Amino acid sequence: MVETLASEGVAEHQSAPRKKIGETLLRADNITLAFGGVKALTDISFEVREHEILAIIGPNGAGKTSMLNVINGFYHPQQGRIMYLGAERRAMRPHLAARQGIARTFQNVALFKGMSTLDNIMTGRVLKMKSNIFQQAIFWGANQREEIAHREVVEKIIDFLEIEAIRKTPVGRLPYGLQKRVELARALAMEPKLLLLDEPMAGMNVEEKEDMCRFILDVNDEFGTTIALIEHDMGVVMDISDRVVVLDYGRKLADGTPDEVRANQDVIDAYLGVSH
Amino acid sequence: MTEVRLPPAELDTFPKLLEFHAAQRPGRPAIREKDFGIWQTHTWGQVAEEVRNLAAGLLSLGVKRGDKVAIVGDNRPRLYWTMTAAQAIGAVPVPLYQDSVAKEMAYVVEHAEARFAVVEDQEQVDKLLEIHEGCPGLTQIVYDEARGMRHYTQPFLHHFDAVQAEGRDYNRIHPDFYAEEIARGKGADPAIILYTSGTTGTPKGVILSFDNVVKTAANGVKLEGLTDADESLAYLPMAWVGDHIFSYGQSYVAGFCVACPESSETVMHDMRELGPTYFFAPPRIFENILTTVMIRMEDASWVKRGIFRYFMEIARRSGTKILDGKPVGPGERLLYALGQILIYGPLKNTLGFTRIRLAYTAGEAIGPDIFDFYRSLGINLKQLYGSTEASVFITIQPDGEIEADTVGKPALGVEIKIADNGEVMFRGPGVFVEYFKNPEATTETKTADGWVHTGDAGFFADNGHLKIIDRAKDVGRVNDGGLFAPKYVENKLKFFPDIKEAVAYGHERDFCTAFINIDLVAVGSWAERNNVAYGSYQELAANPQVIEIVRGHIEKVNRDLAADPQLASCQIRRFLILHKELDADDGELTRTRKVRRRFVAERYESLIEALYTGAETAYIETEVTFEDGRKGTIKADLQVVDVGVEPLPAATMKKAS
Repeated sequence: MVETLASEGVAEHQSAPRKKIGETLLRADNITLAFGGVKALTDISFEVREHEILAIIGPNGAGKTSMLNVINGFYHPQQGRIMYLGAERRAMRPHLAARQGIARTFQNVALFKGMSTLDNIMTGRVLKMKSNIFQQAIFWGANQREEIAHREVVEKIIDFLEIEAIRKTPVGRLPYGLQKRVELARALAMEPKLLLLDEPMAGMNVEEKEDMCRFILDVNDEFGTTIALIEHDMGVVMDISDRVVVLDYGRKLADGTPDEVRANQDVIDAYLGVSH
Repeated sequence: MTEVRLPPAELDTFPKLLEFHAAQRPGRPAIREKDFGIWQTHTWGQVAEEVRNLAAGLLSLGVKRGDKVAIVGDNRPRLYWTMTAAQAIGAVPVPLYQDSVAKEMAYVVEHAEARFAVVEDQEQVDKLLEIHEGCPGLTQIVYDEARGMRHYTQPFLHHFDAVQAEGRDYNRIHPDFYAEEIARGKGADPAIILYTSGTTGTPKGVILSFDNVVKTAANGVKLEGLTDADESLAYLPMAWVGDHIFSYGQSYVAGFCVACPESSETVMHDMRELGPTYFFAPPRIFENILTTVMIRMEDASWVKRGIFRYFMEIARRSGTKILDGKPVGPGERLLYALGQILIYGPLKNTLGFTRIRLAYTAGEAIGPDIFDFYRSLGINLKQLYGSTEASVFITIQPDGEIEADTVGKPALGVEIKIADNGEVMFRGPGVFVEYFKNPEATTETKTADGWVHTGDAGFFADNGHLKIIDRAKDVGRVNDGGLFAPKYVENKLKFFPDIKEAVAYGHERDFCTAFINIDLVAVGSWAERNNVAYGSYQELAANPQVIEIVRGHIEKVNRDLAADPQLASCQIRRFLILHKELDADDGELTRTRKVRRRFVAERYESLIEALYTGAETAYIETEVTFEDGRKGTIKADLQVVDVGVEPLPAATMKKAS
């Protein structure tokens, strides 16, 4: 009846259809950001396309985190503009960026240490909750149903990231690698269109890095979430990203697929080092 | 004890038993699974429906009577249902260890000639895809969890839901199909093939018939009075015979509910939420739980610690006696009841043992301290002795007759005899049919009249309890004719926290001797408390006070051994404490930390010499490998110590003369 393993090669598995990279989701046009006389970013333009994984790399002080902060509205560039979902974005506060579907994690984990994993992730749902504090205090009827619906979403994320065992553990007691994962879970709870990850693998051991890579790819694949990430580990960057933007001293050096970037002479000199 | 009502005997297969429970108790829970943080319950009625559809689905996938269906994954309801569904249409399920690597899996899949596989998730699918070239017989794969499977386009991969949906349609068109299929199943048919883990050579596929599993499970249910009100946790590998009997066989016979934990890391949480009444764990797990409790108590405030110590002392004194129904004074009873409120109750609640009625442990020797800890809390922890070839039960400790160092009396319907070489042999309803495609191994293990060689040496103590002492091939004879069971002696020594490792000698010698490794953590903390200064392991090991302590332990072991006429010859007359820890890097231990007896004997030949020549000290120079790979030598003068032994009982003396 059905075709069998014997008649079908494994080869097909490798050539499984790749995800579709869509239209431009966010575009940075000639961004210049200065703190007093120090120019953190100079005339930077690039775009983030729907469903892709974009890596921003560069040596220390290249302006990577500044760039992320500009994207989520924490810094306001002196020149240039951010186009998001086809419209120019006005100077805004981070919580407005969050409402528009931009979520992020931080270089130094920024969780509520005394709260459980579950509660931390629930905070990611706050923007989606309609009831106010008084209704929540009574916890009855529509409000109860809302809480249950949110909890369901959170449980799906817990299942997805395989952190069932630490659901009730206070986050402060968790090892660093798991804290990073909880932070990713909280960002996912916002059901973001664009997910910004600031060094998601910093300070992790090889196994934790592999896990994290898999989760990032899975998130991108299953939910179709667009991801922009900063990472130092070149192996990771080259493996998982669709495109790479290279910054150096606040300027953009290159922009392209991992292979293109790897072959770019400027990048080799500035970042990857001269091969011996 | 509640009265046990077993299902009628003509229900001789699991699909028939399932239909029985679906009719008898359709609304009672059959299996639970924690998913998305909530316990999802399936009743017997629902399970029967799921299995009917799945069976028809497997049939439309091409599964035929006699086919083997490989099952790989953690304990999941759907994988248990797959077993029943396969059995319903006459196929034989072959559960595999879910953590085995692809290569190990390839052997079993190929050897079992499995044409179909039902697996949990992408991880297992990937492994099967990897091995499929070596296993051309494998034609269809069904997976339960769809996550990560979106880009797999192979036509031979099927989602569980799709297979069931297909089956639902089939059943609608052929309403009598399922009943006809299960009526064709007989008790003598093969029910399952379980592969032994293969620590000794290649894995062997043990075929158990429905009669084997159903009857053994029923005997266990009858003996322990299990009912449909019981509840157990299925967390040990499905490929292991214990899980198959405890979580599948007995559940289908008694109609009790089995719960599957959320993931392998959450077992202890889930256990606490669930509070099972029936629990099985290898000694290692009981040991881990106890260690966790003790460490957490060390961190508690001194008031709590004091109360804990006080009541644990009372429990130690009277808890076991109260559990065994032996006489205890009213004052003690009152204190124990108070302890129940203050300490034992809350502690059991934390561990998930509140409702526990029956707990088993088996597999290896359990430390008497650990064993008594649980029993003194009022947990009816019992030891059993079993094997895959017996469908688990060979002996079980009856209620009220529990000892730390026996494995109990023969299980219902099981006969046991001790062969001339001391090997334990058994015969009973659970004796396996044969090893799959391995007639030589079958005839080697099973005699024509149904006796099975266990490979373990043992004997019956005076109270009729079986004692397992060692693997039969390791058991030797001392020159006076007495048995020499090195592992039994070594285990007894290792139960003392001060002793980390012990190696006993005595085969074809005049008496027994031992090398001892002290435990640096335990002895070191003793030294700290008693102001004993030491600079290195070697210095601590040579400390006269330490030697005295170890001698005390050995004398205690000797007294225990002397109480058994059979083992009295194993008493240790002389010992020495090694100047270094036995180490896997030096080849003295295997990577799983088992002593390589022969290698140690060769390496320390001069020390063994000293043990038997009566020398006071022994000089040794050993080459050691440091962690960075450099080599060095350690020199030491070791003191050889004599230990007092109890006189040998008359019986053994006679044999010797």
